[in-house]
Amino acid sequence: MTIDALLFQALNGLASASSLFLIGVGLSIIFGVSRIVNMAHGSLYMLGIYIAYSCATHIGGAFGFWGGIVISTLLVAAIGAMIEIVLLRRIYRAPELFQLLATFAVVLVVSDLTLWIWGNEDLLGPRAPGMTGAVEILGRRMPTYDIFMMFVGPAVLLVLYWLLARTRFGRLIRAATQDREMVGALGVDQARLFTLVFALGAGLAGLGGALQLPREPANLAIDLNLIGDAFVVVVVGGMGSITGAYLAALIIAEIKALCIALGAQTIFGVSFNFSRLTLVAEFLVMAVVLIVRPYGLMGRAQGLIRTLAIPEEPVRAADAMTKGLAGIVLAVLVVMPLASAYWPYATVLGIDMLIAALFATSLHFIKGPGGMHSFGHAAYFGLGAYGAGLAVKAGGLSTMPALLVVAPLAAFAGAALFGWFCVRLSGVYLAMLTLAFGQIVWSIVYQWETFTGGSNGVVGVWPQGLLADRSIYYWLVLALTVSGVMFLRTVIFAPFGLGLRAVRDNPLRAAAIGLDVRRIQWIAFILAGTVCGVAGGLYAFAKGSISPETIHVGRSIDGIVMVLLGGLQTVSGPVIGGPLFTLLQDTLIRQVSYWRAALGIVILIIVLVFPQGVVGSIAHWRQWLAERARRPA
Amino acid sequence: MSVLEVAGLAKSFGGVKAVDGVTFNVERGEFLALIGPNGAGKSTCFNMINGQLTPDAGDVRLDGRSIARLSPRQIWSAGVGRTFQIAATFASFTVIENVQMALLSHRGEVYRFVGGVGPRHREEAIALLDRVGMADQSYRSSRELAYGDVKRLELAIALANDPKLLLMDEPTAGMATKERNELIALVKRLVVEHGISVLFTEHSMDVVFTFADRIVVLARGRLIAEGDAASIRANKDVQAVYLGTGKVFERKGAARPSGAQAP
Repeated sequence: MTIDALLFQALNGLASASSLFLIGVGLSIIFGVSRIVNMAHGSLYMLGIYIAYSCATHIGGAFGFWGGIVISTLLVAAIGAMIEIVLLRRIYRAPELFQLLATFAVVLVVSDLTLWIWGNEDLLGPRAPGMTGAVEILGRRMPTYDIFMMFVGPAVLLVLYWLLARTRFGRLIRAATQDREMVGALGVDQARLFTLVFALGAGLAGLGGALQLPREPANLAIDLNLIGDAFVVVVVGGMGSITGAYLAALIIAEIKALCIALGAQTIFGVSFNFSRLTLVAEFLVMAVVLIVRPYGLMGRAQGLIRTLAIPEEPVRAADAMTKGLAGIVLAVLVVMPLASAYWPYATVLGIDMLIAALFATSLHFIKGPGGMHSFGHAAYFGLGAYGAGLAVKAGGLSTMPALLVVAPLAAFAGAALFGWFCVRLSGVYLAMLTLAFGQIVWSIVYQWETFTGGSNGVVGVWPQGLLADRSIYYWLVLALTVSGVMFLRTVIFAPFGLGLRAVRDNPLRAAAIGLDVRRIQWIAFILAGTVCGVAGGLYAFAKGSISPETIHVGRSIDGIVMVLLGGLQTVSGPVIGGPLFTLLQDTLIRQVSYWRAALGIVILIIVLVFPQGVVGSIAHWRQWLAERARRPA
Repeated sequence: MSVLEVAGLAKSFGGVKAVDGVTFNVERGEFLALIGPNGAGKSTCFNMINGQLTPDAGDVRLDGRSIARLSPRQIWSAGVGRTFQIAATFASFTVIENVQMALLSHRGEVYRFVGGVGPRHREEAIALLDRVGMADQSYRSSRELAYGDVKRLELAIALANDPKLLLMDEPTAGMATKERNELIALVKRLVVEHGISVLFTEHSMDVVFTFADRIVVLARGRLIAEGDAASIRANKDVQAVYLGTGKVFERKGAARPSGAQAP
């Protein structure tokens, strides 16, 4: 490798930095003001590419391309404003995770809408008119468009900087980023400000997408793949800081470029291909930055957020009615395999639903009582699944030890390592670090082909012996799920669970009565991860194969949806939410061709109608009825 | 003998000396008020004693043992209870669970993973709540309490580890006059009955002059006076600081440069 090659890659890195910056900056502005983690940001970006594609191909020519970029920007900005007005405005007072759930529903709807309009083929746009050539730099050819892209990022940065520093709108954004209640108290129309900010952020996403058209094909996987990148840029740069976002984009892009330039190297006799690091590079950068500077490079500690949400009710032990109901449900579950004579699918679906219940319960444990919002819970599910699968395939173990020892141990090790870092942060930053670790595990599994089978995964992991019988395996899943759920439930009501909830409610007060905040959170993280590992192991043997999909960020998000569906602040919520989500997804996949959109709409209805989750709402209605009965007629 | 000795405590933020060489003691069973105008360094001083801030210089000793540079958690274990300026309780707990939590922590029973909390230390928790007049509200959820009751609950939590010293940051902030006097009278009673020492900051001069055994006055990071109510009331420096001439701190002949930042 020569110095020239390195310099050339560094220049390439500048062009990528612009793209990354455009991906992240809109999200950062939106988050700064509205405190909404907009999962749909990737979807807006994806729409930007598709709209630009249509303009470039239908209108054609220079106007179609360059005009298309403007049209995409404006159109996506308008879509963003619409999402804010129609949906988010109604739920600013809901717990923040509900807003997240709503934006995830938008992801699903947009995804299917895009599929419906543009189909599922990858669409490669034309090259930019007037910039089809290449320029020779350092003896290598660099596309003119890439050189153009190098300047786009800094240009947008300057315009935004001017907007924020010099205009009234910009001042309002900066003020709202620091203290939005105070801005409201000063008589600023918050609803309008939020809509405009959302439009601005969405427009930037649209612009970023449209500009990317000549460089990568428009495809349907962009939305979720991109959200990771966007979050990393925002978190590394510091929430709400646009300069930080550019700096973060620059650092990440240059490190990736460096990895590519280094290529395969032999160090101390060990050969290692650095270009493999590109998938994890940004997440490693993020992990390091968050540990050294918890609020990102240019971020500041978030101002006090005066939450509008009412604190939770004290958790109470289940009353006789709930216990009775649980008993009946359990009895039905036990005899369920007998129904498979009439409905063979019952045990298969039952197994999926039970595993979802265990997965959701383990996630709920750290989210609800723990107050730590994990975006990477699939990591522990995946570690359990791969641990169990590889123990059987590579280690030659039989089903039971793989399931009961290796799966939880693998997840335990991951949770102990990642948790140690995660509990040093809080709030959105913690959520993003969990996402980073999830992506790191995914990348390792995806790339370590010799061990994990790469994208093919591990196949032929079927339960052996007695367990090969579906019904018996079902009963094993039932037994382990019930034990896992009961175990975590017991912990919630035990002194440790009280301590965990104390730390969530008020970390300062908890420390002032001698609770070791980090240690308690760390142990909770490990417990949840370990139980999740069992769920992953059960999943591996239920499916007979494991693919990297098992660890994909999509599963982490599914988990969040399950927990929120059940209701975050109810102990029994996830037991309902997990299976309900599985049932919904399964039914929709089989019945509706656009099942994602259907699922998204169902989630939106739930968000708007049952803001406390299903179980939370039932509890709420029961209380309301009881109060009405008590009132004298 | 002094329960708490604060010696030469100092802390700067950037160029501002928030606390600059403060020395005082709290005697056993004493009810000591730390007062001063806004920006005097009371809260900084307080946060160094309770472990939330690390002092740049100086020492804090509890019964002769240094507690400066320990974490809030370790300071609590050493026998210091505290209340917050904005009362802090665990909002999702019932009243009694709040106190049980503190008792569990005090007994080293936090890391128990089985067995419900319900009956653990229930009698003791109720006894503590009784001391602050909250026993009849034990099973209410603490989020629905009136603010005065939250303050009393917080006091019960702070007493759970049988503290030698109680640190109270503006205990009566945000309370009506009647409630305010009741709360301080309650604290005073606890001091007398149980021999606890209390160090508190306070803005209400009524409360300070009526109840405090001794008063320490800070201004611009320095200790400018200490003594009983009568001597503090008569102190010329204290009067000057509170009435706003600020002359004690002007160097003779040297005007403050224009544009200098106020601390």
